[in-house]
Amino acid sequence: MLAEKDKVFTNLYGFDDWKLAGARKRGVWSNTKELLALGQAKIIDEVKNSGLRGRGGAGFSTGMKWSFMPKPSDRPHYLVVNADESEPGTCKDRDIIRFDPHRLLEGIVCGAFAINAHASYIYIRGEFVNEAKNMQIAIEEAYAAGLIGKNACGSGWDIDIYLHRGAGAYICGEESALLESLEGKKGQPRNKPPFPANAGLYASPTTVNNVETIAVVPEILRRGAAWFAGMGREKNSGNKVYCISGHVNQPCNVEEVMSIPMRELIEKYAGGVRGGWDNLLAVIPGGSSTPLLPKDICNTVLMDFDALKAVQSGLGTAGLIVMDKSTDLIYAIARLSRFYMHESCGQCTPCREGTGWMYRVMQRMVKGNARLEEIDMLIDVTREIEGHTICAHGDAAGWPIQGLIRHFRPMVEQRILDYRKQAA
Amino acid sequence: MPKLKINDIELEVAPGTSVLQACEQLGIEVPRFCYHDKLSVPANCRMCLVEVEKTPKPQASCALPCGEGMVVKTNTPVVLRARKNVMEMLLINHPLDCPICDQGGECDLQDQAVAYGFDRGRYAEAKRAVKDKELGPLVKTVMTRCIHCTRCVRFADEIAGTPVLGGFGRSEHLEIGTYIEKAVSSELSGNLVDVCPVGALTNKPYAFEARPWELSKTETIDVLDAIGSNIRVDTRGQEVMRILPRLHEDVNEEWISDKTRYACDGLKRQRLDTPYIRGVDGKLKPANWGEAFAAIARQVKGMPGESIAAIAGDLADAEAMFALKQLMQQLKSPNIDCRQDGAQYDSSQRAGYTFNSKISGIEQADVMLLVGTNPRLEASLINARIRKRWLRGGLKVGVIGEQTDLTYPTKYLGANPLVLDEILQGRNAFAELLKNAKNPMIIVGAGALARKDGLFIQYRARKIAETYNMVRDGWNGFNVLQTVASRVAGLDMGFVPAQGGKATHDIIAAAGQGKIGLLYLLGADEIDMSKLGNTFVVYQGHHGDAGASRADVILPGSAYTEKSALYMNTEGRLQSTRRAAFPPGQAKEDWQIIRALSEVLGHALPYDTLAQLRQKMVQAHALFARLDHVEPAPWNNFARDGVLESAPLRSSIANFYQTDVISRASPTMAQCVDAFLKPVAEAAE
Repeated sequence: MLAEKDKVFTNLYGFDDWKLAGARKRGVWSNTKELLALGQAKIIDEVKNSGLRGRGGAGFSTGMKWSFMPKPSDRPHYLVVNADESEPGTCKDRDIIRFDPHRLLEGIVCGAFAINAHASYIYIRGEFVNEAKNMQIAIEEAYAAGLIGKNACGSGWDIDIYLHRGAGAYICGEESALLESLEGKKGQPRNKPPFPANAGLYASPTTVNNVETIAVVPEILRRGAAWFAGMGREKNSGNKVYCISGHVNQPCNVEEVMSIPMRELIEKYAGGVRGGWDNLLAVIPGGSSTPLLPKDICNTVLMDFDALKAVQSGLGTAGLIVMDKSTDLIYAIARLSRFYMHESCGQCTPCREGTGWMYRVMQRMVKGNARLEEIDMLIDVTREIEGHTICAHGDAAGWPIQGLIRHFRPMVEQRILDYRKQAA
Repeated sequence: MPKLKINDIELEVAPGTSVLQACEQLGIEVPRFCYHDKLSVPANCRMCLVEVEKTPKPQASCALPCGEGMVVKTNTPVVLRARKNVMEMLLINHPLDCPICDQGGECDLQDQAVAYGFDRGRYAEAKRAVKDKELGPLVKTVMTRCIHCTRCVRFADEIAGTPVLGGFGRSEHLEIGTYIEKAVSSELSGNLVDVCPVGALTNKPYAFEARPWELSKTETIDVLDAIGSNIRVDTRGQEVMRILPRLHEDVNEEWISDKTRYACDGLKRQRLDTPYIRGVDGKLKPANWGEAFAAIARQVKGMPGESIAAIAGDLADAEAMFALKQLMQQLKSPNIDCRQDGAQYDSSQRAGYTFNSKISGIEQADVMLLVGTNPRLEASLINARIRKRWLRGGLKVGVIGEQTDLTYPTKYLGANPLVLDEILQGRNAFAELLKNAKNPMIIVGAGALARKDGLFIQYRARKIAETYNMVRDGWNGFNVLQTVASRVAGLDMGFVPAQGGKATHDIIAAAGQGKIGLLYLLGADEIDMSKLGNTFVVYQGHHGDAGASRADVILPGSAYTEKSALYMNTEGRLQSTRRAAFPPGQAKEDWQIIRALSEVLGHALPYDTLAQLRQKMVQAHALFARLDHVEPAPWNNFARDGVLESAPLRSSIANFYQTDVISRASPTMAQCVDAFLKPVAEAAE
């Protein structure tokens, strides 16, 4: 349970003024100069010690990522903020951007300073029109107040921040596709290595961080790594904005500690599952790509990286999609398959061809127009794609199907048998 | 030098070598589709996955640089499974139309499916169909077969420099195309067919003509420009079916121009297959060799040497020119010339008319001055080399001549030849670049040298080369870009007017005035036949073109695919053609015709076989001794000063597709002229 004083995103619901004056009241920009005075090494150490893991889905240690940036050279360094939040079921960055944009900007100043960057790009999802407007206003306010730009906050560090709007492709949320898109090319992920820390934007050292990750950095520096590390379980520390949607009584975003039990999260903040906890069928715990979990796991599972990984799912973006017993699960997963097919960039073979294949089989499974052996074949197809592609989109496309069949295979089989009976 | 282990074999490789290249060095086969040595590496086909110790997932070997201590495995169950998986994915939407696909039998997908694929398909859904794209008269598309390797896109972007192709759409709907339908307007577009690993892009004129296993393959060289691209001629029976490039890193790498590739259908049309004699009625009548030779002998009899002349054309081989030169010497004629364009520059020094830096030398150049040349049309592969050099960064190119798109940025200095003087005297801003360059280079086009003041342009070019340190130990940046295959060999053997002899323009003028009794055209078709007056013209050649229609006697010779003959390319590299088919009808190899004629004329030349002729030729000109060798030419003074004309410098070629008798006879080349050179007609109504 997160104490009121430990909350970072204090304007998550937009009840207060989102502009500079309001942000200052909430403590944003209060002592940025002093934070920078800690020095680059200290900032990176603090972030490392805080145990902050990337909030974009992969959960990689942020301090570690920053420490991969090379020593200053003749090449410019860049900090790129991934605000291309497109994962179905996720809307946390959106609310941070529109209701608390200055928190993000202050984080960028700290992060850019730590990794030696004088320029930072915020790549914002194209559909976020009003969010982009707010963000732009915030940037202009910050420039006018001398908080960013030359000698940001009087720290002596120059940092320019640019807002770049995407054009609505899910794959541009993948960091290397984002960089390609930012460079003006087609948004297709790059082969790795080289990783962005070596050759990212314009072949220069680049760090790409999620909005939420960057936005909590100033608070970590202010309150100390121990404060952040003290929340949640070990290696899964800190606060987290959860997005709860689906068959709950009050879908919402909420900031809570890491490792909160899923059931507590849903019942306390989202008004519980429609029709009561016993009406729960399954939950997709971390955005559409994470495998769903049936009710018996949801009863006890904790919401953090390692706990969800232990039940063969993932925290992802912490976007919970709750499904009660009225849900046609097969149809729901087929719909996700269609999404992943549509959003595949098409450059590498397994994902381009395999996502369509999976979708078509899933479509038949919805009706039950399939053979029982095809269930195993479908699993095999997801495994054919997994790990063979340039980026993780192919993996992500297969996971929902794997989750469905892992936990609800009898349901899929029954559908097929019913169809046959009807057809006979 | 990283050391690594591949399948338990240790090896050390050059830094920057990819794992796939390292595997190749060991002879380990790694299947691939998107990877191509000459193109960038997108790693998108995922066929070349290998297992690397300490990495969780299989890695694309084409894009993975070798690292110190890496342990790579290419034969583990994980790798075999990955290949099988990727192959299955490639095939689910690939049509099973191999029996009607022109790529069948030489298809990477077909071969690799046999080697790495699964023996049956599991995909039961509907297959994708893709609308074909219209890319012009050279490249046929069947886009449903496309596996999206993007080799064509990268070739067009990187090598050809005509970025017209791209992938649009995404996911399954990714399509390769031009977005707005248009023909691929590049001189290198035929190479798209070669880089395509499947049957999506195929040779349009060759569509449904033959299967690869029916063809006999002859490795030879091309003579339609002065590069001497290495090619493979595929024949079925006596018919040349198609022409493909052969790898020669110093000449054409692995590309050829569209003319080289597609003009081969001209070899089947307008051919001279029997001797002809013009009758009293003014009409050409078929004759036999004896009659034709007798008709010439009647003319030559008693004719003084000064009133006999010979001009060698653009496709003439060295042996024929050598034999003809010797015959003319026997006939006491000083009037011979191998420059039918009328060029009169100084050919006494070999360095004065060859591409001294060699084609591969372009890759060392950092500042380049193009004078009266459009390499894109005159020598497409030299242009591709310049572009390759430019892509690497740091190349500056100045152009004096026509302002055209050369596929890389240039600094345009005007078309006035007087700019040469400005540069020479350091009055032009480009002079500064030349002065500070490490490996400066000048490329003088054949068009600049064919002018009346060609000799003076040659002089200034030499002076510029000397002034800006282009000629020194280990580097000679003075280059003449010849445009025709016969030229360098002709100049090397001195097929130019002897003491007191007439050059091309004078021969034509004298012919018009009736002072030339007999003019022997060895495949010379580019001169103005209407100005020859009543001169008795003998035409020896393989195509019925301008020369043949003016001729009084026609002696049918053979084209470059029908003889073994020597050619010097613009670098001065001696290369040999090989016979892929026999000449049609009664046509003979060219040196044999001259040898036979010499006997009838009573001046039998002293050789009966090609070997004997070549021996004599080497005795006279040692340059013809070593195949595929470029003898560095010594640097001496050549050319002289004189007043330049102000006429603008131009390229010698305006119509890339029709430059010689073969390409003019080719229907495909005619289609290209319609598609690419004619102004786009306004839509009717």
